[in-house]
Amino acid sequence: MRLILERRDDRPAWLALASPLVAVTLTLIAGAVLFALLGKDPLAALKVFFVDPLSDGWALQELAVKATPLILIAVGLTLCYRSNTWNIGAEGQLVMGAVFGSWLALATHGSANGPWVLPAMLLLGILGGMAWALIPALLKARLGVNEILTSLMLVYVAELLLDYLVRGRWRDPQGFNFPQSVSFEPEATMPILFGAGRLHVGFAIAVVVALIAALLMARSLKGFEIRLAGEAPRAARFAGFDTARTTLLVFAVSGGLAGLAGIIEVAGPLGQLQPSISPGYGFTAIIVAFLGRLNPIGALIAGLFLALTFIGGENAQIAMRIPLDVTRVFQGLLLFFVLGCDTFLLYRLRRVPSVRAA
Amino acid sequence: MGMTEAILLTIITAATPLLIAALGELVVERSGVLNLGVEGMMIVGAATGFAAAILTGSTVIGILAGIGAGMILAAIFAALALGLAANQVATGLALTILGLGASGLIGSAFVGARRDALAKIDLPWLTDLPVVGKVLFGQDPLVYVSALLAVGVWWFLWKTRAGLVLRAVGESHGAAHALGYSVLKIRFLAVLFGGGCAGLAGAYLSLAYTPFWSPGMTAGRGWIALAIVVFASWLPLRAVIGAYLFGGVTVLQLHAQARGWGIPSQAMSALPYLATILVLVLISVRRRGDAQAPASLGTPFVPDR
Repeated sequence: MRLILERRDDRPAWLALASPLVAVTLTLIAGAVLFALLGKDPLAALKVFFVDPLSDGWALQELAVKATPLILIAVGLTLCYRSNTWNIGAEGQLVMGAVFGSWLALATHGSANGPWVLPAMLLLGILGGMAWALIPALLKARLGVNEILTSLMLVYVAELLLDYLVRGRWRDPQGFNFPQSVSFEPEATMPILFGAGRLHVGFAIAVVVALIAALLMARSLKGFEIRLAGEAPRAARFAGFDTARTTLLVFAVSGGLAGLAGIIEVAGPLGQLQPSISPGYGFTAIIVAFLGRLNPIGALIAGLFLALTFIGGENAQIAMRIPLDVTRVFQGLLLFFVLGCDTFLLYRLRRVPSVRAA
Repeated sequence: MGMTEAILLTIITAATPLLIAALGELVVERSGVLNLGVEGMMIVGAATGFAAAILTGSTVIGILAGIGAGMILAAIFAALALGLAANQVATGLALTILGLGASGLIGSAFVGARRDALAKIDLPWLTDLPVVGKVLFGQDPLVYVSALLAVGVWWFLWKTRAGLVLRAVGESHGAAHALGYSVLKIRFLAVLFGGGCAGLAGAYLSLAYTPFWSPGMTAGRGWIALAIVVFASWLPLRAVIGAYLFGGVTVLQLHAQARGWGIPSQAMSALPYLATILVLVLISVRRRGDAQAPASLGTPFVPDR
């Protein structure tokens, strides 16, 4: 007797909802095993990781702050992956958005400026991320160069450029030689949402972006084009849709959103440019996109969950001396389980009695 | 030792891990599977190999542990990408993320530990020959392993029946299945081989190239190995050229930094990544029209009976 995969004829709706939940449950079980292997009390560790960050209002604000870049980037990646285009360089696009936007913050530093500065910074951030994403997109659309490798290579290049700027030209002259820029002026920082605390307007922007993307994907012709390009590329070509243009579009959107996430991060929680501005949001957002079942609303929920792993990981490091790398292991395991569970949306397992070859 | 000789020696040690990892991935891709997790398998191989070598005091055990670790990760990839027909791109990315985290956990106890690098071979009078002596006859054993591996992979893919079947599976899994070959079993073995090679490449980094462990030490070499496979048009002997080209770029970068030609060090560090993009562009321009990638590359296979 052996097990085989058999294609499902139906696609039950409850399975589509259950699959991410099953994946999360399996990750928690695997996490408990991992903690036990590290010699920690599994239940206490899971509580520090996944329950304590939800305990009070301050913690919830922090969760939303961490979720903001994840949601913004993942919404863009959702469009990419839906169209079967693989932008995995969002981390670099995030950095370039931060660099472009920060240029304005630094150029206007120390002089009286109006309320136009922040919106202009956000716009520049979008353009920066978009420009960086269009490099692999153009190479793919015009010359057929593999976008996976080029978009990833540009992450390293962007990080080195940022490093060069904050250690050189853009370093704060009064900063005791620390590799960081001056702190941004108040008009160049994200306004706080509820008077006090850390939650800033960026989170509201991320929620609105996710809602708009969900609407456009479901209702607009472009959304249909994107979905068709991924699910039935031949049909898309017969329908006269230009796949090269779709590639450029989804890269531009995802790069723009990653750039927006970058400048929001710098103008929000960080308040200045540093050599490292992201703990890998651009890569984690890939997991967010898949956990959210490549759906913008799903990305919104999944973004909050993965933000939990970042905060939980930091807490566990302080409270239980668990290495920060556990967060990455968790995230990798989660993506494995998500992909594994998704298989059962398309296929069912069937037992077949083994037959002897005649 | 002359300057040329020194440069040649460093190019060889820089190219060896790239070559080993690229050859492994080449076999995987020839069987029609795209495993983007090379970076993850490589860094776990580096951490495990170094940890095992410190604990046992044996470099050989360290190398074997690195290979084993790469194969374990490859088996996880295979379970999902082959067993459950999951999306190969996403599964490979998951493997890389998992590998980066796991290597940190494995290596955390060994940060700062040092041991002697894998010894170089010293043949009685061959090694003392001028110029070519050290380059040809004075390398560490794994350099020769990488050369044998290149020839071996070439011989296997083009001169053996098993290699022909593997390539057939990569070109058209449907046809190979119809002929009675077990597509998934062949792919599984190829993926395991690729994992072993990536693990070995990682162990080379932490045991021979820089004889210590530091987090993130692969620094994108796994991705560069993937680019070398494309550059090589999936041909093993061209992968040798690719690996040595990238080894050369790495060394150029180090020498330029040491001399400080007034170029920012970050610009020099970006060189291998920019070179990768440039090479991918050039190869696509030259190859317009005729696709050379295995036809079934990246498409999951589910037998219908």
